[in-house]
Amino acid sequence: MSPALFLFRKREWISFAILAFILVVVFPTLFDNFRLNLIGKYLTYSFVALGLVLCWGYGGILSLGQGIFFGLGGYCMAMFLKLEASTPEATAIQSTPGIPDFMDWNQLTSLPFWWQPFHSFTFTLFATIAVPVALAFIISVAMFKRRVGGVYFAIITQAIAAILTILIIGQQGYTGGVNGITDLRTLLGWDIRSDNARYVFYFICVALLLASLLLAQFVRVSKFGRLLIAMRDKEDRVRFSGYDVANFKIFIFCLSAALSAIGGAMFTLQVGFMSPSFVGIVPSIEMVIFCAVGGRLSIFGAVYGALLVNAAKTSLSETFPELWLFAMGGLFIAVVMVFPEGVAGLFRQHVEPLITRGISLVRIGKVRKPRPTAE
Amino acid sequence: MDVAQPKDFLLSIEGLSVSFDGFKAVNDLSLYVEENEIRVIIGPNGAGKTTVLDLICGRTRASEGSIRFRGTELTKLREHEIVHAGVGRKFQNPSIYEDLTVFENLELSFPRGRSVLGALAFRRDAEVINRVEEIAEMIFLKDHLETDAAILSHGQKQWLEIGMLLIQSPELLMLDEPVAGMSVSERIKTAELLNTIIQKHSVIVIEHDMKFVEDIAHRVTVLHQGQVLSEGSMERVKNDPKVVEVYLGH
Repeated sequence: MSPALFLFRKREWISFAILAFILVVVFPTLFDNFRLNLIGKYLTYSFVALGLVLCWGYGGILSLGQGIFFGLGGYCMAMFLKLEASTPEATAIQSTPGIPDFMDWNQLTSLPFWWQPFHSFTFTLFATIAVPVALAFIISVAMFKRRVGGVYFAIITQAIAAILTILIIGQQGYTGGVNGITDLRTLLGWDIRSDNARYVFYFICVALLLASLLLAQFVRVSKFGRLLIAMRDKEDRVRFSGYDVANFKIFIFCLSAALSAIGGAMFTLQVGFMSPSFVGIVPSIEMVIFCAVGGRLSIFGAVYGALLVNAAKTSLSETFPELWLFAMGGLFIAVVMVFPEGVAGLFRQHVEPLITRGISLVRIGKVRKPRPTAE
Repeated sequence: MDVAQPKDFLLSIEGLSVSFDGFKAVNDLSLYVEENEIRVIIGPNGAGKTTVLDLICGRTRASEGSIRFRGTELTKLREHEIVHAGVGRKFQNPSIYEDLTVFENLELSFPRGRSVLGALAFRRDAEVINRVEEIAEMIFLKDHLETDAAILSHGQKQWLEIGMLLIQSPELLMLDEPVAGMSVSERIKTAELLNTIIQKHSVIVIEHDMKFVEDIAHRVTVLHQGQVLSEGSMERVKNDPKVVEVYLGH
């Protein structure tokens, strides 16, 4: 653990560089705009998986409600885009022009007050992070200060995900209901559905993801990261070593919510809509599976996990739509029983030793080369 | 509040009671510990020994009574605040972080960077490294700093947890059965360790091993049914007919 190298050890820097290379160079050259947009969508889930690595993998706090924060981040962005798309000119045929179409269908005659600030892009960027984090803060303070943890916490987060879905669907006039907020067109006058925009969003998404990886790594290698492992193992011991355990849990849960929210906002921008089907129980559990498949102790694994599972989901549900749920269940069982450390664990066990051997063979080769001339 | 006390005790427990579902585990207990004292608490199973430690360190809340540590009332404080006040607690079963190395175990117990931001900004500087090495030497684990704590022997785990307390520099250490499960040679080393420790700290020990108790104790408190049955030197306690009857006799 030499302090000479910033954040990562040498090998981790190589992993980071490889991932960056794949995302920045390989994917854009290999795939057309449509596929790249799809990958960009998958990558938004890796923000969530990354948050879960910190929160669940390291801190031992299993959240089955990350969809809440993903959704809230996405909805905040969608509200801004929807307001921009609902100019009085564009909505002239409505009985109340200038408000989002679904409000008009639901007999609303004016924009609700809490929609007003979303006219401002600056406020929206702030709210995209602040709203989910505020909710995460309230949930985690209520739970962790009372020392609710483990399975109970997981169930409560799941219940909140269900409640939020019901709320969004029920309050159709304010939220767009089960369809979500759709028909988003422009971001500050720039058509988000154009090839050009999708291309740019992909790279913004990658840049944000790489920055998030650095942030996660900073937390992981700090004393905070070791404390997370310690808390997962012996919470009482940490408490009796003079730490207020609840504060640490609250922080890491809020951080994972913030990461999920960034993913949600990028999802809205790249996919062009947001709906309750990304908020509820099933998507939240899927997000845990992305993290588990990638390897819950590997920040890079989170990215690969999200990419792999989503790619599998797309290709499988294109051909056998009804099979996907079974495949997903099977995958989860396989991860738990066969490779609990996920893809990252498999890599560490089977591929890394080969690479190490390869490198040492090459080195020995180099040393041996001069020999024949000496003899 | 400047109440004149007869003597400046490090820890004074007065009228302490706690009941679990009507069962009084500790009943109107009073106990005083002086500075640089090793106090051993003995007593039959269920006498309330561990509960007393739990009460002092805040793990269990008292129903009645007061626990004053250097004039600070501990019964109102939360666990980590009691630690900050200078009380360290070792649990009965070695409670260490198995997934971390010996070094990391000790480092996490170093009393700096205990807030969220403090932990994020914490740097492993020379002060930390020196202190960890110093403690590791004391607890006979100098050569195991990079070892994963999970693979230490049972005795070494016990020592590591004692080391994790020592690095906090508490004024009072509370050890719950520190030599349980140790070999004879490990016991002797642990007794040595405790004798070094008391040069700077006061220690409360719960122990069953009478040989060990005789080796280390200054004074012995015998608990029975949540109350003090007898107190004094080992010699006196051993010959107390009440103690013989409930505890030492068999």
